[in-house]
Amino acid sequence: MTSGVYRWMLFVVFALALPSVSWAGYWGAENTNMPVGVTEISGEVHALHMRMFWWCVAIGAAVFAVMIYSMFKHRKSKGAVAADFHESTTVEVLWTIVPLVILVVMAIPAAKVLIKMEDFSDSDMSVKVTAYQWRWQYEYLDEGVSFYSQLNPAHNAARQANSDIDTEQFEHYLKDVDNPLVLPVGKKIRFLHTAADVIHSWWVPDLAVKKDAIPGFINENWAKINEPGIYRGKCAELCGRDHGFMPIVVKAVTQEEFDTWVSEQKMKTAAADMDAIRQWSKQELVASGERVYQANCASCHQKEGQGIPGMFPAIAGSDIATGDIDTHITTVMNGVNDTPMQAFASRLSDADLAAVITYQRNAFGNATGDSLQPSQMRSLRHGMRQSALDTPENNFKGVN
Amino acid sequence: MSSSDHAHDHGHDDHDHHHGPAKGMMRWITTTNHKDIGTLYLWFSLIMFFIGGGMALIIRAELGSPGLQFVDPMFFNSMTTMHAIVMIFGVVMPAFVGLANWMIPMMIGAPDMALPRLNNWSFWIMPFAFTIMLSTLFMDSGGPAGGWTLYPPLVLQMGDSFAFVIFAIHFMGISSVMGSINIVATIFNMRPPGMTMMKMPMFVWTWLITAYLLIATIPVFAGAVTMLLTDRFFGTSFFSAAGGGDPVMFQHIFWFFGHPEVYILILPAFGIVSSIIPTFARKPLFGYDSMVYATASIAFLSFIVWAHHMFTTGMPLAGELFFMFSTMMISVPTGVKVFNWVATMWRGSMTFETPMLFAIGFVIMFTIGGLSGLMLAITPADIQYHDTYFVVAHFHYVLVPGAIYSLMAATYYWIPKWTGNMYDEKLGKLHFWISTIFVNVLFFPMHFVGLAGMPRRIPDYNHIFADWNFIATVGAFGFGFSQLLFVYIIMKCIKGGKEATSEVWEGARGLEWTVPSPAPYHTFEQAPAIDANTVTR
Amino acid sequence: MSGATDYYVPHEARWPIVGSIGLFLFFMGFANWLNGRVLGRELFIAGSIVLVVMMFGWFGTVIKESESGTYSPQVDTSFRMCMMWFIFSEVMFFAAFFGALFYARSFSGPWLGGEGGGGADVTNALLWTGHDYGWPSDGPGALGGDYRPMGWFGLPLINTLLLLTSGVTCTIAHHAIKEGDRKKMVRWLGATVALGFIFVACQAFEYYEAYAHLNLKMTSGIYGSTFFMLTGFHGFHVTMGAIMLLVVMLRGMKGHFTADNHFAFEAAAWYWHFVDVVWLGLFIFVYLV
Ligand code: HEA
Ligand code: HEA
Ligand code: HEC
Ligand code: CUA
Ligand SMILES: [Cu+2]
Repeated sequence: MTSGVYRWMLFVVFALALPSVSWAGYWGAENTNMPVGVTEISGEVHALHMRMFWWCVAIGAAVFAVMIYSMFKHRKSKGAVAADFHESTTVEVLWTIVPLVILVVMAIPAAKVLIKMEDFSDSDMSVKVTAYQWRWQYEYLDEGVSFYSQLNPAHNAARQANSDIDTEQFEHYLKDVDNPLVLPVGKKIRFLHTAADVIHSWWVPDLAVKKDAIPGFINENWAKINEPGIYRGKCAELCGRDHGFMPIVVKAVTQEEFDTWVSEQKMKTAAADMDAIRQWSKQELVASGERVYQANCASCHQKEGQGIPGMFPAIAGSDIATGDIDTHITTVMNGVNDTPMQAFASRLSDADLAAVITYQRNAFGNATGDSLQPSQMRSLRHGMRQSALDTPENNFKGVN
Repeated sequence: MSSSDHAHDHGHDDHDHHHGPAKGMMRWITTTNHKDIGTLYLWFSLIMFFIGGGMALIIRAELGSPGLQFVDPMFFNSMTTMHAIVMIFGVVMPAFVGLANWMIPMMIGAPDMALPRLNNWSFWIMPFAFTIMLSTLFMDSGGPAGGWTLYPPLVLQMGDSFAFVIFAIHFMGISSVMGSINIVATIFNMRPPGMTMMKMPMFVWTWLITAYLLIATIPVFAGAVTMLLTDRFFGTSFFSAAGGGDPVMFQHIFWFFGHPEVYILILPAFGIVSSIIPTFARKPLFGYDSMVYATASIAFLSFIVWAHHMFTTGMPLAGELFFMFSTMMISVPTGVKVFNWVATMWRGSMTFETPMLFAIGFVIMFTIGGLSGLMLAITPADIQYHDTYFVVAHFHYVLVPGAIYSLMAATYYWIPKWTGNMYDEKLGKLHFWISTIFVNVLFFPMHFVGLAGMPRRIPDYNHIFADWNFIATVGAFGFGFSQLLFVYIIMKCIKGGKEATSEVWEGARGLEWTVPSPAPYHTFEQAPAIDANTVTR
Repeated sequence: MSGATDYYVPHEARWPIVGSIGLFLFFMGFANWLNGRVLGRELFIAGSIVLVVMMFGWFGTVIKESESGTYSPQVDTSFRMCMMWFIFSEVMFFAAFFGALFYARSFSGPWLGGEGGGGADVTNALLWTGHDYGWPSDGPGALGGDYRPMGWFGLPLINTLLLLTSGVTCTIAHHAIKEGDRKKMVRWLGATVALGFIFVACQAFEYYEAYAHLNLKMTSGIYGSTFFMLTGFHGFHVTMGAIMLLVVMLRGMKGHFTADNHFAFEAAAWYWHFVDVVWLGLFIFVYLV
């Protein structure tokens, strides 16, 4: 081979190596490669990923090197004369067998990790994760704690079109929630994924978990977190308009901190129960209702209740929100089938439901003057559950 | 259009016993000529390419920086959905059918397609079907916004557009199936004596197998969307757990179609590249037989790998292992193809005209896309890659510098035969180089943001993804606007240019290069004599 | 030159564009109709009429050409291949629905009932408490209310016998035309067509029974869905096949077809056998097991 050819080969190797090496320099960079994560599995997945990556770089480099060598060596302008061979059983068999062997070498460790991932046995605690358009509900099955988690309201305001709020002020823009999922470290936690409306997918890269949440089915998944910290993820399956605004935050804490947190949560639930029994004033209901509305309803029906024509009906002047209150209650509690309007009965507390309905009937120029007490909701809810079970269509949404 | 006007003029030289094309609009509407219909298909897909590309530019503009700048999230989703549907069903598939129409009869020495009237219908469905499809963008409730994969229950939430999209798919499906049947019948039945199967050019072989895939899978897709339709309007519960169905069932049926579909989008490209590389290497295709078997193996394997799109849906372990292994297996026959191309170039006498540049670009960048596909096949890793921009990067590498590059290569390669004029070589090379630079600027960074955790199908994102996304957007506009150059080159070539000989390329082999350039309106009305020594591929 | 081929290439085709416009109106109309928009149904009907006219026109042209001897044996082969691959595509269409049936019966159904590994047990325990899976199933939500499944004995069995017999009569007719006995062909085809329409009538009665007495409907969960979609699409195909055979019979009466030129007959007969085989699949998997 002439020195010119060496120069070209060097050039090629360099050209190919440059992007991969510069990428390799970025390994740790959080914007360029998969994180190593904080579970045993996530470390193994990362290793698998890097190993596959280097295999691919090597295969690519080998193939391209031969090709580019031939492109420079066997060009007509260099006086190359075409040979006439057009088959060779030996090389053809060789380049069928060799890739096959490489694949086997790749497949074995992959299968090992996969088998490990799919071992759901012997978990220490279970969290049921139910996905809604567009928030998550976490239920700690053993602890009896349950709450909803959704995009941080400040980010939600900032992300609206024409909001004029600088998004750069938020370090974790679109990756932060109001109520994070709190989990103890060192425990094998089993997640039970399901959804209430459409398919979502619960994904936290640092835990190397991603599992679809499928309405009507439960999928299992697990993680054992090694280090305390805050780990951020996102919904990973297209779930409608606000799919991009459905983050996940996992806060991993020590067992003691976790226990304290659980007892705090229990106290909050008890307070909510108290709320449902006491008598509320109308101002209180409207004030609380506005908060509930902006957090849960405004993403579709919009801030001023104006809706989005053709997609989400306006609440302002809506026949339902200004007409018969029973229809209004049923709509909010059971949702409307096959539309994004979901059943809120299982999502909001009695106090929140009463408040938001009262608010809708008295805001945006809807001057019905009605008000609804949480205690009324509570008794209604029981009747509603019953009838929800009678009409199978609603059954699906009514079960929680 | 004038390309075939030329054809018309010359057509009378040899075949004056035939009336030539009719005049005016009616010529195109009633034509049964394979070349006319091929031309129609190619123009149609070029127009659709700009529509689908326009949508891609809207997507990239919105993703240029964090925050919602231009569009509502719902509209963004419908852009994503429509972009994919237009590009796959409106650009790549019709363009390949157009090339099949133009080239297959000429390559095998047939006078026309087997069923010329049906051929006309296959084309004339497309504009109507896409009228229905695109009309949904103007409805109050907007276009379909559930992704091109149409997963229920989300897709059932769509407004008025839903029924239109379903029917448009049925409509296009009718066209695809009829077109494929025609191609199969042409290849099996229209070969003159002496043209054995193993004498057919690779492009014909790959299309034969593609047509088979289409006939086998498009009806399955039609069935799947029919079930969506009845679930929404007639109370069935295929995809609802309450009734004993399962949303994931749709995914299985969809991908049983969807995975072979991606090979439908690449096998004819393999055929094109297998025609071009030998020509410019001035050396016969290496390993023709193994190319044929590899294509058949890819087609066979494509039916048993579909669930690699569903590794996060909660399949049993045995299923995951099976689909991981079967998916990895596809690399073997695909590798055989890549190696054969390299071996064809090896010790050839190469020149690098534009078609060759695009073909080489294809081989390299398709391989990059294929290798990232191999990474995706590794189930534990795919669980992390799934539904991120890493997947978007993978499939754009196989589709854009893959399928689209093969179409550009084919255009440059055969346009002298179509128009009788050489295209502007300088501009062609320029087109190649700027496209290739920008296409990598466009799609390479998507690997990075995907790995770093950016999900696909989102209109807004955190600032850590901002840099790479901005670069991708720059690449998108650069790549998009360089395609205007492509249109300019085509126009210029139709209008005039150096006259092409019938052989056009020094190393060209095969029957299509034995007829004059531009190809007469009717070719091979007399079956060409073919014996063991005739070079047909 | 190794002999001229005289492959028939028609010079213009006016029916395809009519067909496209017909389909366009048909689909646009249907979609608007489903959405409850004005003129939906009217457009749908207009589209259907245009399609029927197109078929008469197109097939009429082909028949005329065929009878006037325009087609070479090679053209005939093209038609045959076209029909065979078309039937293959139809097979795949049914495969999607059979696939749905098998999937529901062996995967989603048991999963909802808590059988098998993965999350099946929790799915049943937490979401569908108390649901027991067994086929036929209308799902854990018991959609559509109480119903009784359609047994195989009775109408379905009679229908099976009808179709099997029609396969035999169809074959006798085929042998007849191959021997050049057109009269005999018409007679046996007549029997085939009659059996076909009796089948359709029986099925209509079966549907009536299902809706009126068994409370078995499209909305009866996955069982109702698969039952009506599979038998419905099959019934539609029987109707089309019977019409095709009827047209062939009428043409036979007009003196079309000879012992060695009767592609239309064969195409219709193949289609008929295909419909027959699909029915056997249905009888076994929808009714019997
Ligand atoms: C033209 C289209 C095309 C082609 C050819 C391919 C080819 C391949 N694809 Fe791709 N794919 C898509 C289009 C395509 N894909 C699309 C559109 C999607 C996304 C759909 C959606 O969700 O919207 C997708 C998604 C997709 C997924 C799902 C990702 C996810 O959503 O999680 C997977 C997973 O396995 C995958 C794998 C593969 C593999 C293994 C190949 C293989 O065929 C590649 C084989 C090629 C090579 C490997 C390179 C050449 C070989 C050699 C040089 C030999 C040496 C090799 C070895 C030694 C191994 N693809
Ligand atoms: C063959 C198929 C094909 C092709 C060619 C392309 C081409 C391109 N795609 Fe495509 N894309 C898909 C198939 C394809 N894509 C699929 C299947 C999906 C998944 C969809 C889903 O998730 O459901 C997808 C999704 C997808 C996404 C992800 C969207 C999301 O997840 O939200 C993005 C984002 O950047 C993107 C970008 C691009 C770009 C920039 C191009 C460029 O190559 C386009 C080049 C641009 C032009 C050619 C434009 C030329 C236009 C002008 C010069 C302006 C003049 C305009 C007019 C006259 C109208 N595509
Ligand atoms: C995911 C989007 C979404 C969210 C969030 C949402 N809705 Fe709705 N809502 C809808 C849609 C869509 C409809 C229209 C349903 C239909 O087609 O009848 C609707 C309808 C309604 C109606 C009936 C309006 C009318 O005139 O038809 C009321 C009342 C209502 N919603 C109240 C609420 C309340 C209260 C909340 C919050 C607690 C809420 N919605 C949250 C999407 C949403
Ligand atoms: Cu929830 Cu995406
Ligand atoms: Cu695939």
